[in-house]
Amino acid sequence: MTDSPQVKHHGSDMFEGYPVDTADTVGDQVVTNYTINFGPQHPAAHGVLRMVMELDGEIIERVDPHVGLLHRGTEKLIEYKTYLQALPYFDRLDYCSPLGMEHSYVLAIEKLLDLEVPARAQYLRTLFAELTRICNHMLNIGSHVMDVGAMTPNLWVFELREDCLNFFERASGARMHSAYFRPGGVHQDVPERLLYDIGEWCEKRLPKLFGDAMSLVIDNRIFKQRNVDIATVSKEDALAWGFSGPMIRGSGIAWDLRKSQPYDAYASMDFDIPVGTRGDCYDRFMVRVQEVYQSARIILQCLRDMPTGPIASLDRKVVPPKRGEMKQSMESLIHHFKLYTEGFHVPAGEVYVATESPKGEFGVYLVSDGTNKPYRCKIRPTAFSHLQAMDMMSKGHMLADTTAIIGAIDVVFGECDR
Amino acid sequence: MTHAAPLVARRAHIDAELKALLGKDLLVHVHAADEDSITVDREAIAGVMIALRDKMEYQQLMEIAGVDYPDRAERFEVVYHLLSVTKNHRLRVRVCTDEATPVPSIVPVWPVAGWLEREVFDMYGVLFAGNPDLRRILTDYGFQGHPQRKDFPLTGYTELRYSEEDKRVVYEPVKLAQDFRNFDFLSPWEGADYVLPGDEKAGGTGEAPGKGAPTPMTAAEVKKADDTAKAPPPPTPKTTEKPEQTGAGAKANIKAAKTSRDGAKATTAVKGKTPATKKAEKAPAKPRAPRKPKGGDA
Repeated sequence: MTDSPQVKHHGSDMFEGYPVDTADTVGDQVVTNYTINFGPQHPAAHGVLRMVMELDGEIIERVDPHVGLLHRGTEKLIEYKTYLQALPYFDRLDYCSPLGMEHSYVLAIEKLLDLEVPARAQYLRTLFAELTRICNHMLNIGSHVMDVGAMTPNLWVFELREDCLNFFERASGARMHSAYFRPGGVHQDVPERLLYDIGEWCEKRLPKLFGDAMSLVIDNRIFKQRNVDIATVSKEDALAWGFSGPMIRGSGIAWDLRKSQPYDAYASMDFDIPVGTRGDCYDRFMVRVQEVYQSARIILQCLRDMPTGPIASLDRKVVPPKRGEMKQSMESLIHHFKLYTEGFHVPAGEVYVATESPKGEFGVYLVSDGTNKPYRCKIRPTAFSHLQAMDMMSKGHMLADTTAIIGAIDVVFGECDR
Repeated sequence: MTHAAPLVARRAHIDAELKALLGKDLLVHVHAADEDSITVDREAIAGVMIALRDKMEYQQLMEIAGVDYPDRAERFEVVYHLLSVTKNHRLRVRVCTDEATPVPSIVPVWPVAGWLEREVFDMYGVLFAGNPDLRRILTDYGFQGHPQRKDFPLTGYTELRYSEEDKRVVYEPVKLAQDFRNFDFLSPWEGADYVLPGDEKAGGTGEAPGKGAPTPMTAAEVKKADDTAKAPPPPTPKTTEKPEQTGAGAKANIKAAKTSRDGAKATTAVKGKTPATKKAEKAPAKPRAPRKPKGGDA
């Protein structure tokens, strides 16, 4: 790469099969495009993403993302498990927002069963779904900032993520793979003290620490230089490429499934949908930042309005009884045994249930044939569609912008590759 | 409406609209579980999608799912999930195909279809005519077969491991220490059309149940079965009277003959016989009498 005005740039395909004659003029240099391999082991690839990139100098000409390096056959495995046994697989899809994945699945089962969920369970699920959103955005915001060169905010927001994981642990016993949402409700009730602590955290610690961390970033000159006007996506493109979540909102379309197709307790929640104006990486980032504050609002409303009562459906043909009941009642013992060996049978039919996961529309297309196992469980990941637009988004940008673009997509390969 | 799943209002006059728009390309329209799904003519899918996008405002293609029904003549279903962000409605569009017949690609309608079709091709082997880049996407480089088909085993055919000898990852046929256990929970009284485990012994032909319990055996048959089942007589108890009988072999015998611990030469043949050995030689080994239980009959 020289600055000589005589440099000719050619696509490498021009040379295929042809002898290149460069002898006609003296002093010309021919610079061919070259292809590099980005990943699959690259810290900025957010997992096992391999991208074959064709570069003209430092300008990206073409990107061919190779996904599937983390393919574990989850959909196939689910076909061999009962409905309840398949639930923990969803934690392991997007391991940064496990409860968001479970949410679509349990709602799909409940829709097929037409099962009523008690109000407290709906509020608990809404609360923990929003806590998951904060947890997920903390990871994404932190790593996005770090991908473009800032170190400190990542460490600060990881503190908050750690708090969220502690809350999950206190509710379910597991920090990440909670398996807390169950068909019919949630697994167990939460201690009162936990609800109090979450409320206090949302009011005090989160806004202070998160606000501090973001004050370092959002007006930072370097951060803006790396993100503003990078990978601009128009509204039309966002629709055509199947964008959802912060990606479509960053492009200026106020589309949020929590508002437009409310599930669980979202219908009674009051929150705003942040949207971007330019559709670039900076807008996507800022949409996530604002969503964190909106999630905190929803959590506080959940805590304020949460009713008392059962935390799961009392339909004993679906929801197993608690251990205490089993000591007293023969009927409960039989239900417990049947549910943990055979599981429940789901009436034949098909549903597509999509929820607003932190990364976008996470859908589950569930086909039941009336047995105790799903006939087909197609998982609609968010990152699959977004990553496909990588070529469209990064064409004409510099190689170093790739990390910002991937960071703004918020890709996790457990979910993308399934 | 009792469940808590996402609420979508029913789109008014959708049936009439679809019929008017798609005409004979619309094969079936079903409204079940608050969701609209239509089955359309396979060859017309691209035109149908353009009409749905432009005339009925389904702007987004969210998902393409394959489903395998091996019993059907056209065993694969390709299921498209459309979303309208202006009408706030979802529509499921379905076409059927088999292994050999390609489905027209809808990449020109929605660029997002590219990878979604690749995934259905990878998982089911459904061909999409017109997809510019119909490669495998999720499976390994060089993978063979289509893993989501119902006749593809859960464990697959190959497994891979890192070989310390070859210093690389090697592919091998799958070896299972135990078969995959897939329990069948269909009730045998309702609809299961197979022989229950154990029933094949009763008839000997493995025919379906319904012939009643097996006939009881006659007295002669019972006696015969008892006789054959009678245990063989116990073998002669093993005794070790001589060093040769220890079974340690000729070498050990020679070694034992050479020296004993106190340095004296032990000759088993003549001199070194212990009183016990002599006694044993005089009276050949007898099987021991069976032990009597102590303390009476109990």
